[in-house]
Amino acid sequence: MISKVVSGPDEAVQDIFDQATLMLGGFGLCGIPENCIASILKKGTKGLTCISNNAGVDDFGIGLLLKTRQVKKMISSYVGENAEFERQLLSGELEVELIPQGTLAERVRAGGAGIPAFFTPAGVGTEVAAGKEVREFEGKKYLLENWLRADFSIVKAWKGDTAGNLVYKGTARNFNPMMAAAGKITIAEVEELVPVGELNPNHIHTPGIYVQRIFHGKNYEKRIEQRTISK
Amino acid sequence: MLDKTGIAKRIAKEVKDGMYINLGIGIPTLVANYIPSHLNVVLQSENGLLGIGPFPKEDEVDPDLINAGKQTITMMPGSALFNSAESFAMIRGGHVDLTILGAMEVSEQGDIANWKVPGKMVKGMGGAMDLVASAKHIIVAMQHCSKEGASKLLKSCTLPITGIKCVKRIVSDLAVLDVLPQGGFRLLERAPGISVEQIKNATAGSLLIEGDIPEMTI
Repeated sequence: MISKVVSGPDEAVQDIFDQATLMLGGFGLCGIPENCIASILKKGTKGLTCISNNAGVDDFGIGLLLKTRQVKKMISSYVGENAEFERQLLSGELEVELIPQGTLAERVRAGGAGIPAFFTPAGVGTEVAAGKEVREFEGKKYLLENWLRADFSIVKAWKGDTAGNLVYKGTARNFNPMMAAAGKITIAEVEELVPVGELNPNHIHTPGIYVQRIFHGKNYEKRIEQRTISK
Repeated sequence: MLDKTGIAKRIAKEVKDGMYINLGIGIPTLVANYIPSHLNVVLQSENGLLGIGPFPKEDEVDPDLINAGKQTITMMPGSALFNSAESFAMIRGGHVDLTILGAMEVSEQGDIANWKVPGKMVKGMGGAMDLVASAKHIIVAMQHCSKEGASKLLKSCTLPITGIKCVKRIVSDLAVLDVLPQGGFRLLERAPGISVEQIKNATAGSLLIEGDIPEMTI
């Protein structure tokens, strides 16, 4: 088996260049690549286009890269938890493309699957439809949406093996599997890195073919946005 | 007039045995608390779970298990986890029986606006546009009027819309109404203590009132 293992996040992100397009997995702060975000912050890469469902919070996740003005453009579906984001957006410092969540997921999936465009009903008749082809199928209108691909996809998994096979936990899966397939180079950080043969092939969520680099991520904070408890 | 809990309780009566349901953020999330326990329903969370359970106990909290509102949750026995593309495949594919979501405005054509207030709120649409474009049945939970008393049930929406001709039923603090296929709101029930006249005055879109309008039971 080919080994994809790199020493850590600094090595994994070392060739991410200014103006690169990145995909970053996660929903809210759940399943985000904390280690790689910290290394990109440290490295100071600028002018990034980040494709991610959300933009983190003010002091965590992609919010950290917004604060240091490393992000030129965000492509997301929901950005409501981040005051700095809203400030940069309203002042025009940050370009933002807001996309319906299912359309975002499918555009990323299409990118990884070699489908350049597809029709979806989401956004018909709204401002999302501006400039897009509308076609009717069996009496209902649909929008033509293009694929999304990235120079680097950065994903977070629960377990991975040295060949890049990945298993996610709970709802931390979210956008990670589609993004893994849609990056020219895909970097996976995992909580547990195991030798090949230890993961059950029946349980693999992301086959290693999509992953170019993998490392054991450390010190996961896994910050919770809304800690809700029942008594 | 119903409070948020009252709206949630009334909507819970729309839930039928065997349904797969997506609940939006806010009042719709509260609906889960009032679904009768003898009904078997499965709640879908668009971030990748079928089978949302109650909030966790202190020692069960798992940061890798949240709902679409980013709240910590648990899973019911028989749950299934999946990725975001699969989640919206089941939404767009019409496999979810009922979608309950909030709205800032609804038009008499069934258009809904709930994602943007130009110049003020730019949070994004999240999954709302996908949900309203495909759901078989959409119930909206909303306030009938703004704090200033302006109707939110309009001839046409003034805010940027989320979807066209999709809302089927509205449960507001004042009434239960259906959106008619040909357009217009049909009054079905009054909130406790609310008169037909009050609902008429609070509804800017065309309102159809046929016969006696019963007071709702919750």
